[in-house]
Amino acid sequence: MTLARPGQFFHLLCTGEMGMLAPFFRRPMSAYLADPSSGRLEFLYKVNGRGTRALAALQPGEELNVLGPLGRGFRLDPSWKNIVVVGRGVGLATLAPLAEAAAAQRIKVTAILSARRPDLLMSAERFQNTGARVLPVYDSDGSSAPEEVEKLLDRLIASRLADAFFVCGSQRLLRLLQRFSETHAIPGQVALEQQMACGLGMCFCCVRPFREDGKIAQRRVCWEGPVFNLQEALA
Amino acid sequence: MTSRLADVKTDSREPQVDLSVRIGRLTLANPVMPASGTFAEGLEQVFDFNRLGAFVTKTITRDYRSGNPTPRVAETASGMLNSIGIPSKGLATFLSDTLPFYRRYRPPLIVSISAPTAEQFAELARELTVPGIAAIEANISCPNIEADGRAFAMLPDSTETVVRRLRAATELPLWVKLTPNTADIAAVASAAEAAGADALVVANTILGMAVDADTFRPRLGSIMGGLSGPAVKPIILRMTYQAARAVSIPVIGCGGIGTAEDAVEYLLAGATAVQVGTATFLHPNATPEIIDGLATFCCRRGIARIEDLVGALVLDDASLPAAAS
Repeated sequence: MTLARPGQFFHLLCTGEMGMLAPFFRRPMSAYLADPSSGRLEFLYKVNGRGTRALAALQPGEELNVLGPLGRGFRLDPSWKNIVVVGRGVGLATLAPLAEAAAAQRIKVTAILSARRPDLLMSAERFQNTGARVLPVYDSDGSSAPEEVEKLLDRLIASRLADAFFVCGSQRLLRLLQRFSETHAIPGQVALEQQMACGLGMCFCCVRPFREDGKIAQRRVCWEGPVFNLQEALA
Repeated sequence: MTSRLADVKTDSREPQVDLSVRIGRLTLANPVMPASGTFAEGLEQVFDFNRLGAFVTKTITRDYRSGNPTPRVAETASGMLNSIGIPSKGLATFLSDTLPFYRRYRPPLIVSISAPTAEQFAELARELTVPGIAAIEANISCPNIEADGRAFAMLPDSTETVVRRLRAATELPLWVKLTPNTADIAAVASAAEAAGADALVVANTILGMAVDADTFRPRLGSIMGGLSGPAVKPIILRMTYQAARAVSIPVIGCGGIGTAEDAVEYLLAGATAVQVGTATFLHPNATPEIIDGLATFCCRRGIARIEDLVGALVLDDASLPAAAS
């Protein structure tokens, strides 16, 4: 029994005290923590719009209407022994529960966590606590540059520590991982974002393009995703 | 924190009031159904589909359509702008995959259709005249390529032309969904009735636009889109009233309905049934809650049959225009 699988999301009705200024739509947010034993659900977000401002205005004890868990989360193949997760910004919030699920299945995790500066790196401790090997990379010292991340990936692949790739939070990292996934025939998954209205596959507003049988197909991030095959996503 | 998926009740109490309504020769168990494009199989996780008055499908087209560029929606004050662009898997997939899914349930299946010409509308209706489909809802609010992209339902003439072709093509009950972007909803409604429509759906979305003052760009990928949600309710309620006065066939109200009280207002204004759309995007169980709320409303007000509410708007003599008396 799980409260939510890693990568699944909840759809939050961000109302509260905002009155007429409250956002009309719900806001999708992946679960940062979904602990069935305590019934605790956590979200990690950055305040940058009306929805997150309304969330931040909530006071302890106030109710928040959440719909979910929704969507298809990450899938861990039991044959994998070592996986590499690569994330940036709030994308790390989506990947942290994956690292915990992998640890529970005795899959070793290497986490390349990208941020602008060391003080902006989120969740490194969460990854470390799962036993993951954390490799932080930063814009401030140049270590997050694609060629540097490529060197890290080359070493991990050479050490047979990359049975699968998982990526979230950066189009640039997505393209980079897609290239490595294809060159080295390593499978992968990506968690994608898109503006949503319903979250249940009804409205078809959250579509993104994917490769499908040599053609481009529009798939719903809320329903067919938000986790997709790394190779099929069009960055 | 509450999770709606977990705590939604599927209330199967027998209503103490008769909620059934007649739409032409179809009898619906209750007057509440989803609006086209705001319903999908995913809602099965949320409530018991057998509670619906009817199913209304997302609009289908004969051939595959990928839909419009993103962003496809924008939120507005108490409303939603959309330009989804009718993505459709096409007729063949509908008949092979979607139709069998809905046949597992009791409520009648209303299939919404769209086509770029009157003849293609008729052809699609003919191909959908098959067992398991209870009625056709012709979405004639879409652009007519024979009229410079103007929607069929903008004018009485083009409405009459397309409805006449549809009427000749199918024996199924024919519902016609009108556009609010017309100057004279009563005239368009009368034209649809004259051409053989069995019911009217009032209405599709109101054409609107949103601009992002930060980026100087339109908020929708296709610049303009249809407004729906609570923001449009007074306008569509007025149009429902005007259409219902103009015709003798049933009118189905559709615009900003989110509560049982909203539905009652539409019935009083002359609607025989209602469609719930945007509200479902915010509250997936809005439709069953409205059905429960209608039963409660009727009980509380001592109304034995919900059809007694249809057109029961109380008008004082003084509020009637002099010319009408």
